[in-house]
Amino acid sequence: MIWNTLLIALREIRRNLLRAFLTILGIVIGVLAVVTMVTLGNGATQAVSAQVASLGSNLLMVMPGQRLGPGRDSAGAPSFKLADAEAIRAQIPGLAGVAPMASSQVTVVAGGQNWSTTIQGSSRDWFHAGAWKLASGRLFNEGEERAGAAVCVVGERVRKELFGKQDPVGSQIRVKQFVCDVVGLLQAKGQSGMGRDQDDVVVMPLRTVQRRLTGSQDVAGLMISVRDGVSTSKVQQQLEGLLRERRHIADLEQDNFNVMDTRQIAETLSGTTQVLTALLGAVAAVSLLVGGIGIMNIMLVSVTERTREIGIRLAIGALEQEVLLQFLIEAVVLSSLGGLIGILLATGLSMVLADLMQVPYAFDPGINLLAFGFSAAIGVIFGYFPARRAARLDPIEALRHE
Amino acid sequence: MSLLSLQSVTKTYGQGQAAFQALAGVDLAVEAGDFVAVMGPSGSGKSTVMNILGCLDTPSSGSYLFQDVHVENLDRNQRALLRRHYLGFVFQGFNLLARTSALENVELPLLYRGEPVAARHAAARAALEQVGLAGWETHNPAELSGGQQQRVAIARAIVTRPTVLLADEPTGNLDTRRSHEIMELLTRLNLELGITVLMVTHEPDMAAYARRVVHFVDGRVDSDQRNTPRETPA
Repeated sequence: MIWNTLLIALREIRRNLLRAFLTILGIVIGVLAVVTMVTLGNGATQAVSAQVASLGSNLLMVMPGQRLGPGRDSAGAPSFKLADAEAIRAQIPGLAGVAPMASSQVTVVAGGQNWSTTIQGSSRDWFHAGAWKLASGRLFNEGEERAGAAVCVVGERVRKELFGKQDPVGSQIRVKQFVCDVVGLLQAKGQSGMGRDQDDVVVMPLRTVQRRLTGSQDVAGLMISVRDGVSTSKVQQQLEGLLRERRHIADLEQDNFNVMDTRQIAETLSGTTQVLTALLGAVAAVSLLVGGIGIMNIMLVSVTERTREIGIRLAIGALEQEVLLQFLIEAVVLSSLGGLIGILLATGLSMVLADLMQVPYAFDPGINLLAFGFSAAIGVIFGYFPARRAARLDPIEALRHE
Repeated sequence: MSLLSLQSVTKTYGQGQAAFQALAGVDLAVEAGDFVAVMGPSGSGKSTVMNILGCLDTPSSGSYLFQDVHVENLDRNQRALLRRHYLGFVFQGFNLLARTSALENVELPLLYRGEPVAARHAAARAALEQVGLAGWETHNPAELSGGQQQRVAIARAIVTRPTVLLADEPTGNLDTRRSHEIMELLTRLNLELGITVLMVTHEPDMAAYARRVVHFVDGRVDSDQRNTPRETPA
């Protein structure tokens, strides 16, 4: 009975190729949308986690002003000074480096090209804390740092914009009124989790930037890297105590600076991408639903024709369960075929899009199963239940069905 | 013992005020090998009685004996098996599966019987040849004339060598020439294969092929006569 019914079901699919195609299409679209969107969302989450990890896991960022968030009051919060960085380095144990930072957005010129970029003034600790590596040349040395020499290390993006494919080491770039020797080139790091191009940067000694660009002794922020095995939260407490003291904050007053652990940034960012993934998933779920309604439509519209077919089959001696098995096989075959095609297309499309968006391709078996299961269930339910109603009619009623 | 016999069979459609009595107590016995024409005006219950005899419909009361088996006591599946093994049905509207070749339409009942593929094809080809459609095996119903479609339907009905062939206005949708061809075919099947034929018609010309003519009026048997069938060309 199974084999003959299977043969009948396959014949029925073959003689209604358009209906079969539309049913499959509905399922393919639903599965394709959900699987692609969720896969890309997962890829984006992974990319962000990887970028956050590349920041270094035991970093503390110290900024003037209260913590980020609602009700924040940063007005009038004084900047730091170089002395703060030195005090921190001297008084807090377990630190790998303290990088004071001051930056300025300027246009730099070289070889007739100009490019607007960020000039980052800092110490050599900055490179270590940010896990930067040199592609060629060298970092600036301690003497240059102390003297505020006109030397710089450029990022990959800046090299591309100003020097094309050439090695910039040994060349000069003009920054506002002064000319600066390029001593080093950084290896590319790509976009940060916030979407900023990290390679679009020119790094100079802090003193150079303070004297020649910002014109003040202010330090906009401090990046502190903690040695492996030292608790960042303990360091954070000590830092807060020290800075409150140095900034003369009374016991009841709130901090006018904030210390952020990169782990917190990581959590915030991955939280954001998870929300986005969920949002994408919700949009995709709607397309799955629409695909499902498409399948439902085709199945219900074909019920009239199929009721007569059921009548004919019953009249020539088919058993009710044979007719039902036939419809079940048709629905399962079409739904699984649609689901498989959907998953294959989704895999291809996710790989291509992941490549274009520069996020890793993250295969998620759960979402594949879920999308497949849902659309297959719709196909089977709406293929099977109208047929069951028809197969329970007396044959003559089914034949008379208009 | 008769092949088929109806005893006090009634059939009521609908309920309460809207109830309509299609059959009001029918007694009818059909002997094996007979060729019976059932006639009557519209609404006289002639199609209803055919559907009950063909196990496509069930009586509201009374009993139906098929070779001494009380059909009214059988369940759906048992009635389906009765149709599968003993009955062949031909409809006014042909009721072939669309977009399906003549051969596949004819072999369908054999598929449900679980016949192996070689036997199925041989029997279906033989049945198509019997109805004069050799060479038309691969054509779909849409590519066949009404007369040819009805002959495919008859081939489908006889491919299982049924005991009884029930035909509900088999010539209702056909012109006169095709109608006579179909009637000659039914007569031949009755005489050569010994298949008992029951046919509903409202055309006296067609009823003239039968050996017995039963008239229905208002859900009852009105008259029941033997008839000398008209000559069919050999």
